[in-house]
Order: sequence, then structure tokens, then C-alpha cells
Amino acid sequence: MNNRLYGNLIFELSKEGRKGYSLPKNRFGGQYDIPKELCRKEDASLPECDELTVVRHYTNLSTDNFGVDTGFYPLGSCTMKYNPKLNEEMAALPQFQNLHPEQPAESTHGAQAVVALLERSLCALTGLAHFTFKPYAGAHGELTGLMTIDNYHRANGDMQRRKVIVPDSAHGTNPASAAVCGMEIIEVKSGTDGQIDLAHLKELVAQHGTEVAAMMMTNPNTLGLFETNIPEIARVIHNCGALMYYDGANLNPMLGACRPGDMGFDVMHINLHKTFSTPHGGGGPGAGPVGVREGLQQHLPFVSPYHGNFGVMMRAYAYILSLGREHIADVGRLATLNANYIKEQLKDVYELPVNGLCCHEFVFDGLKDKSSGVTTMDVAKRLLDYGYHAPTIYFPLLFHESMMIEPTENESKDTIDAFIAVMRQIAEEAATIPEKVKSAPHDTPIGRVDDVLAAKHPIVTYQQMEAEKQQ
Amino acid sequence: MYKYFPHTDADLQQMMAAVGIKSLDELYAEVPDAVRFRGEYNLPEAMSEMEVRQLFNQLGSQNRQLTCFAGFGVYDHYTPSVIPQLLARSEFLTSYTPYQAEISQGTLHYIFEYQSMMTMLTGMEVSNASMYDGTTAAAEAMMMAVAAGKKANKFLISKTVNPKTRKVLDTYALHQGIETATIDATDGATSLEHLKALLAEGSVAGVLVQQPNVYGIVEDLTGFADACHDSKALFVIDSNAASLAVLKTPAEWGADIAVGDAQSLGIPMLFGGPYVGYMCCTQKLIRKMPGRIVGMTKDSRGQRAFVLTLQAREQHIRRQKATSNICSNQSLMALFVTIYMSLMGKQGLKEAARLSYAGAHYLCDELLKTGHFKLTYDKPFFNEFHVKYDGDTDTLYQRLIEEGFLGGVRYDDGLLFAVTEKRTKEEIDNLVKTAAL
Repeated sequence: MNNRLYGNLIFELSKEGRKGYSLPKNRFGGQYDIPKELCRKEDASLPECDELTVVRHYTNLSTDNFGVDTGFYPLGSCTMKYNPKLNEEMAALPQFQNLHPEQPAESTHGAQAVVALLERSLCALTGLAHFTFKPYAGAHGELTGLMTIDNYHRANGDMQRRKVIVPDSAHGTNPASAAVCGMEIIEVKSGTDGQIDLAHLKELVAQHGTEVAAMMMTNPNTLGLFETNIPEIARVIHNCGALMYYDGANLNPMLGACRPGDMGFDVMHINLHKTFSTPHGGGGPGAGPVGVREGLQQHLPFVSPYHGNFGVMMRAYAYILSLGREHIADVGRLATLNANYIKEQLKDVYELPVNGLCCHEFVFDGLKDKSSGVTTMDVAKRLLDYGYHAPTIYFPLLFHESMMIEPTENESKDTIDAFIAVMRQIAEEAATIPEKVKSAPHDTPIGRVDDVLAAKHPIVTYQQMEAEKQQ
Repeated sequence: MYKYFPHTDADLQQMMAAVGIKSLDELYAEVPDAVRFRGEYNLPEAMSEMEVRQLFNQLGSQNRQLTCFAGFGVYDHYTPSVIPQLLARSEFLTSYTPYQAEISQGTLHYIFEYQSMMTMLTGMEVSNASMYDGTTAAAEAMMMAVAAGKKANKFLISKTVNPKTRKVLDTYALHQGIETATIDATDGATSLEHLKALLAEGSVAGVLVQQPNVYGIVEDLTGFADACHDSKALFVIDSNAASLAVLKTPAEWGADIAVGDAQSLGIPMLFGGPYVGYMCCTQKLIRKMPGRIVGMTKDSRGQRAFVLTLQAREQHIRRQKATSNICSNQSLMALFVTIYMSLMGKQGLKEAARLSYAGAHYLCDELLKTGHFKLTYDKPFFNEFHVKYDGDTDTLYQRLIEEGFLGGVRYDDGLLFAVTEKRTKEEIDNLVKTAAL
């Protein structure tokens, strides 16, 4: 459990004269000293700590964190699956760790083989023809894919194609990536069934047809629903000369069921840190390789110098080899079964806006009985007390009290049953002891944080914190 | 079932019954037949743990382990053994972006430390939580400058910026409709006169220089910031993080935005990544900055706590109006360099930089003594330098490889050699011996 001393900021543990490193002696003679005129006036005021202090400090910090290894992490759209330990061991092999990316090709056959073999595997799984590994993350992949589409249209002389159709349920990165690519966003509405409103899409295409560069969507969508009109959507988009972009954030349930290439998508990215089990690392490093249909590969842009986050690729390849062609198809159906099971067991106490089968995730619109004033935020915070990570909340934006739940294929019925029981108990508490839920969490290292204070007067460094104390 | 799947037959039966289906296939009942995949993936057969290990070891043996004298933005620095051990703490490794602050203080806490340390290194006022790498950090700085510059749409890039950074900048600029132009170099350093001439043409939003530059040269940037600010352009400096332990900081040169790669803070080269980019700026620009930012606040019990803040800039709130599309960054690698800076501290970081400097200057002197090499530009350099060889450079480079040395990077008709604290005097002497043959 957390120790107060070591839980301080590392700067507060620093003492002048302490050392946490050992370096070899300078054996090059005294004549090689850096001229004063090149040097900074004052040393960087970095901490001075011995090795054990540093180890205890970060070990204590880690205990304030919740990871997939800690417990169930039903964070919708994030696919928090188990990160196999073998993959970590493979990525740490010294024969790869010490490779400089500028080393000549004839000295890096092993690393290049990993790139080529992973590419071949991803092509098989998606039905696309080529992959680039340059993108460092999902959003970077989206941008890379849109740039590819932009390059394609430019090469065809279609300079006016600057509009991207994005569903109103899309991940926030979709419109943001389109904007970074210099594109304009047109939003297509969702119907009452939670799917893209086909009539509205056709209207938009009729109106903007020759200016549309791409349709950007994920399937299943962010409600966890399979867009059943996908063949027709692809036909409409292709007929107007635009390309289909697949946001691979929701690829997991499609393993064993459906390939983006077969659905009519021309370009896609994959979040290796979702579907292919590489760890999220508290917000990266991930990897967002981009796949394209044959004939588009020459339009892939230069968005980073080498093969992106190569270490992440090694983990993903170890995962694919472990599951192999025998087991990989189980991923999608088990994740989908888990999600539907939770949905069915909770839909009498939580508001399910769209009924029917879902894929890997689904969305509740808060509690069914909202009379106590207990919000989705409160339910999320109360879950923390019971040892669960919260679902994704207030996304998608289609509902006011969205609560997006995604259990992966790695979660057992026992884990899920316990989670269902807790969700039901919280619904019960909302009716009987609402104040307890509204003031949650109670059993976490800290209580609910004041977001407003942080944003109103941002203190983002230790130096600012200290300066503040002086005043 | 495979070992990552916990479902027993009984579980499956009960769960399917609860969902109201008779087979798992029915879960995909709504998928139109035309797009349903019913084949078998063209993938290798499942491998046991031992077989996976064997394969990777076999692939690893096909990589040649060379003594590294290459840089070009990626450096072979020493990694303290503490770091990989702490990074493997699965509470760090297997967590998501710290949206739920109450159970993510570990991550939020170290990002706050990371931001503090990066501002200490660069001398700037604020930092974000990390960028993908140095090249994309530079591209984000370009977009930030253009967004801050209202109507100005031109971005000037020094000719002495690493060409791979330039290539990434050109990619982003093309799609954003940003006009880029090159500032000439004189004797391997950015020309202030040419910069002034370009600024005089107007509508410049920002200016990027690299320090130390692609040749390893420490440029004299006196007057650059004033020139930029007189034209209302933002001044951006791209530096390798380790060099800032000793060299004049971006803040001292008057930069508005400091970016770069922090791979030089002990991160293994690993064939190109993962690394971590950094971005720091002035307080005035904080709301224009891309990416996550962690701030201090209080919790409901009055305790100090950390939280993601100023999120109104970000894609999940602002969508197409966000300052950037960046979502996941390189958080774990930010932890890596935070632990590195905690261990090395004030003295160690300087000592490693001094060793690198000394080794590089010793190598340079020894190469020049052979009579076969000429320093391309007689300018001060840090731990990397550019030489011209009097014979065939490619032949020399190949000979060095055969002898087990990665003899720099071939660039601009010569060789760029880099030295870190990891290179011993013996290794350097052996390289010189081979090069002198």
C-alpha cells in the first residue's frame, strides 16, 4: 500500500549530493571540456536521489494505478484486453533492442522479417493488400489514411475533393484527424435504430458528391451495432468517386466474422494496442498501421522516419503467432458473447436505447430510474469503490448519459457475473442511498478531483507549484 | 479453449441461453452474407510459448550487433537497469489514459513530474504530457504556430534541420495547406541574413531551427528570436533532449516552442521506436498546445491530486476544432525518461553529456590525425560531427560494418559520426585503426 513519504513528488525526495547513477571515468583526457560559451547558465534543477529512493517512489506510485492486470476494465472503445507476458519478453530481446534504425538493410534481416511477416498477417486478417507501419497511434493512423486518400485524389486531378463524411456517433479523433488533413467534415445522422441514416447519406452525397473525398466510419459503430447497410453505403460512396475509410478501433469483434476489405473499405488503420493485445501503457505507445487496397500503396505518406513503434509491432506479431489461425477467430465471438451477456443482464435496470444484438460493446443511457438524480458519472465513480474500472462515459454524444461497456474475450463468466452483481447493487443504492453514490468514490487513494480548479488556474509543473507556495 | 480464453463449455451454454442464441454464429446474424468471412485466415498455425521464443530468437540472430557510432537523431545511450524493471510494473504498463483520476494517480503523478523535468531541461514554462517522437513534435509545433498566427500561413525551416524531420513537416504542410520555405545555411549553420530576408516577405507564422543541427553543430542563434518576434513569427527550436543538460537552452535562445526527441534519455534504439517526443512552450501559448496536459488540483478530501486538464483543447471534446488530433501519445516512454532523469539527476545527466562530448571530440581528433579525413565545417559541435573522407566513402562504410562498427550515417557526401557515454576509448581507437587502413 502507498507509503506517504515515497508517494511525494520526486523533487520533494531530492537531497543535494545524492546520486542514482554510475558512469565510467572520463578516459579521454582533460582537454575535452565543453566551452563555457556553449553552456546553459544554470544547471537544470533535476532531482538528486539515490537508487533505492527512486525505485520506492515509482513502485509506490504504481500502486495508485489500476491496470488490466489489477482487474476488470470495461472501458468502451478501448478494448482493454489482456497483454500477454510473452510478448513483453520478445520485445525486450537484446538482438532487437540494440538495432539502430539507420543500420544497413543487410544487417537487420531479422527485424525486417518481423515487419514483413506482420504485414502479411494483417493483410490476411483484413483483406487489404499492403500495410505501412509508420503511424505511431490510432489517431496518427487515421491521419495517415486520410492523407493517402487525399494523395490519391490529387493524383487523379480531383483537387476539389476536400470533404469527409463522418457519422455523428464517430470517435472524436475522426473529425479531428480530418481537420488536421485539411479536410472539411460533413456529419451524417444516425437513425433511431442507431445505424447510419442511409437516406441522409444519399442526400449528402447528392449534394456534395464531387467534393467528397471519403466516408470515414467504424463497423461495428460506437454503439456496438453492426452497420447492416454497409454494402449499400460502400456502393453509394464509391459511385460518387470517393473512398471508404475504416476506423479500426472496433476491429476486435470482427476477428473471425468479417474483413474490412470484404466490406468495401479501401483504407483502414488498426490499433495494435486494442485488437492485437499490446499494452496501453497509460496512454501509449500504441501503433496505428494503415492498410490499403492494391493500387493505393504509392499514395502512402511519409508521416514518420522509420517503422513507427517497432517494439509494439513485435508484441503484436508474438500475439498473432500464439493464437495462430486456429484460435484467432474465437476472439471476436467471445468478446461479442461477453458484451451481449452483460447487456441482457442489466437492461432492466439501465436504459438501453437501442435493443437487439450488439457486437463487442454497447451503450446504456444511464440508469433506467433517473429520479434519484444519480448520473452516469456517479455510477462510474461508485464502480471504482468496488474494484472495477469505469466504462467509457458521456460518449458517444448521441445520448446525455452514455455509458459504454466493452468486456473483452479474456474476461471469464465469473468476472462478468461479479461485475453484473455490482452494477445491479449500484442501481439499488441509487434508489436507497443516493448520496453515497453521488459522493463516490470513497475507497480509492483519493476522492473525486476538482477539475474546475485545475483548469481555471493551471499548475502544470513543480516549479509553478513552488512559486505558488511562496505567494 | 486457448489459454487467453476462460470460457468453459458450461459457461458458453449458460451465456448463450441468457442472450437467447443457440450457437455463437448467431451473434453475427445481422451481418449480411455478402460480407461475412467464412474462410480460414491465411496465418501460421498456433505456436506454443517455446516455439514463439525460438522463432524470435532465430530472427534476432539474423540481426548484426554492431558497435554504434551512428546518430542522426537516434543515439546509443546507456539504460540504467532500474528502468525496464519499473516499466514492467503492470499497473503502469496495462492501464489506459488516466481519465479516471481517482485510480490513475500513479500515471498522473509521473506525467506531472515529466512535465516539470522537461521544463527544467528546456527552460520553458510549460510542457505537455508527450508527443509520438521528435519529427511529429516538430510537425505539431508547425501547426500550432500557424494556428496561433491567425492569417500568417508560412513556416520557415532551416536547411540544417534533419531531412527526415523536414520530410514529415512537408507531409503535414501539404495537406494543411501550409507554405514551407527553406532558410539557407552558411558554413553548416542557419543564415540569419537569409532568415531576415524571408521574414521581410511577410506572413510567416513560425521558424524552425535544430540545435545541435543535423551536422551536430551547435549554432549561434543570437538575434534569431528577435528577428522572429519583430515579424510576429513564433521561434521553434528542435533539440535532442540529452544535449540540453549542458547546452544553452531553447528558453535562453528565446524560443516560444521547444520540441525534440527524448530518445537520447536512455531509450533503446529498437530499430526506430518507441521513442518519445516532447513539446514545451511559453505560458502564453498553453491553450494552443496539442496533446494531454496534467495539472495539480485538490480532491474532495482536500488532498493534493493530479488530473488531466485544459481538455477543452482536445479531440474528444472539441472534435474537428481541436488543436490536434493526437489522442494516445507515448505515456510509458515519458515514464521511461522521467525515471532516467530521476536516477541521473542534476549531475548524472551533465556527466553523461560531458562524456559524450569528450568521446566525440577525441574520435574527431584521431580521425583527422590519420590524414584521410577532413572536418566538413569548422564549427563547435556536441557529440556528433560530419567528416569527408579522401577515399570512397561507401567502401569505407562497408569495411567498418565488416569489422563490426556502425561507422556513422552516410550524409551529404560524407559521414556523420556520433559518440555517447557508452563508447569506450578502446572502441574508438579500434574504429580509427580500421578507418585508417
